[in-house]
Amino acid sequence: MMLAGPAALATVGVVASKSAVRSALCLVFNFFILAFLYFSLSMEMIGITQIMVYAGAIMVLFMFVIMLLNPKLIDEKKDYKLPIGLLFGLALFMLLGSQILPKLMTANVPAMEYEVGSPKLVGEALFTTYVFPFEVVSLLLLVGVVGSVFLAKRRTP
Amino acid sequence: MDWLHSLNPTIQDVLSAIGRAILALIPIFVPVPFMIWYERRLLSWMQDRIGPNRTGNITFSSTSSAVPGFLKGKKIKLFGLAQSMADGLKLFLKEDIMPDKTDRFLFILAPCIALFVALTLGCTIPFGGDKRFSPVADVNIGMLYILAISSLGAYSTVLAGYSSNNKYSLLGGLRASAQLISYELAMGVSLGSMALITGSLKMTDVVTNQSGPLYGMIGFLHNWNILTPMGFVSAAIFAVCMIAETNRPPFDLPEAENELVAGYHTEYSTKRWGLFMMAEYMAMLTFSMVFATVFLGGYQWPIRWDVFDFLENNFLIGIVTMLVKGALGLTAYIWIRATFPRLRYDQLMNLGWKFLLPLAVVNLVISATWIFAKASYGSLAALITVGICYAVLAFIWAMVRHRAKKVEPQYRSRSVNMVPATRRTVEMVSNKEVTP
Repeated sequence: MMLAGPAALATVGVVASKSAVRSALCLVFNFFILAFLYFSLSMEMIGITQIMVYAGAIMVLFMFVIMLLNPKLIDEKKDYKLPIGLLFGLALFMLLGSQILPKLMTANVPAMEYEVGSPKLVGEALFTTYVFPFEVVSLLLLVGVVGSVFLAKRRTP
Repeated sequence: MDWLHSLNPTIQDVLSAIGRAILALIPIFVPVPFMIWYERRLLSWMQDRIGPNRTGNITFSSTSSAVPGFLKGKKIKLFGLAQSMADGLKLFLKEDIMPDKTDRFLFILAPCIALFVALTLGCTIPFGGDKRFSPVADVNIGMLYILAISSLGAYSTVLAGYSSNNKYSLLGGLRASAQLISYELAMGVSLGSMALITGSLKMTDVVTNQSGPLYGMIGFLHNWNILTPMGFVSAAIFAVCMIAETNRPPFDLPEAENELVAGYHTEYSTKRWGLFMMAEYMAMLTFSMVFATVFLGGYQWPIRWDVFDFLENNFLIGIVTMLVKGALGLTAYIWIRATFPRLRYDQLMNLGWKFLLPLAVVNLVISATWIFAKASYGSLAALITVGICYAVLAFIWAMVRHRAKKVEPQYRSRSVNMVPATRRTVEMVSNKEVTP
């Protein structure tokens, strides 16, 4: 609960803040809180990978792109669609909340075994039981990289 | 101390964690002024200057009656150590200037992130064999923790560059983000091969794994990672990436003076600039200590002897050992700064992506070969196998270089003819009378 509140606030900040850099920073903060959530479930490996990959590499790349494009602050205009959108948003929120909240009231913090997320166990699982899906996913990522390089290179003759 | 044991076990854990955190911060925080003084003195010595050698010297009068008798004519020498204290005092007392139209929150946040990264980087480093005092958290993801925290360092420079609302700062921030992302990869892979050899990501395991006799054969030396072939290659890669990560010369492109004024901290002054400076020096020391832990056997002494075990397990002596190793790293930093000119930007990117990263990946594969050969045929066979691997690699590298040299045209000079060479321009250049 202590982690979920800041996480939700940060997510609101991503959508609500006017400057793109601040949105990105809120997202970084959100990733951090998410990593702490993983830590609290003794999933150290996934938590630290979350920080390293998302907060450390991908968001820095996002910042790089944002600064390269340097977008102007969005100036808000009065929009007649705004109240209607808010109404629908609230309705959706209540609908979802009425389904989720009763479940949450009775839920307990799942008690994980110590060391269930240690690098040793994760690595063993990845390279024995799930070695085929793991390799397929890595091949998929490689295809993505090659494809993006191909697309980027094609423009310049 | 009985009242401590009577407390709730959770509170005991929390108290001991706070104690360990303070103990881990002191050896990183306190040496900063001495490090600055050391860098200035060593750099001056290398550049045939003198450097700050007399700030803080006090000479008492030998005739004045205001001076007590035992001090008359005496000198107190500080060797210029007070210079960095005086600089720090000046920084904190100067008028605080924050330019208009900056993003105030991010402007203040940026140096704080730099300091945060520098202070928390060393939290998984064991300073001594005694596990009660260090590391702060002996987590089983110690190496990943170091990579994760050091990758956050990019935010300080990027945010400083963005929030200053200055083109030079922005360029510096851009350069920093590109540079840090590029060198993070090679650093991660080079640490990865060491994790393979250790068989664990725990930093304490990394140190204890290096305590046996070298290759299991040579008794008087520790099995330090830098003494093994792939450890040596990894150490070289890690050292280069370490310099690039801390933005030190020759990788200080984010703050290149002749191009960007001062790069990302152009608009910073007083305390905030001081924070950047402190963070840089602390990051240098902690990175040197990480290097010492992973490659130089941590708190172990260079000679393997049973008598030293007692000293190595002592926390205070362990801290001194680590600080000496850190000082060695610092000396290397300063030496490299005094030796190499700053890299061009394409050289920086080529070095990171086309040389260090492939080398690190190949090194990872060779490390796996070493582990396999050592498990099957013993360490002498492993040494021979790895040696053959490296020889083949060097041969292939030389072949590729040779082919590349044949294919690419070799330019004799980099000069460009701005004006097409006619008779008139040639005569103008050679300062002759132009005949009409």
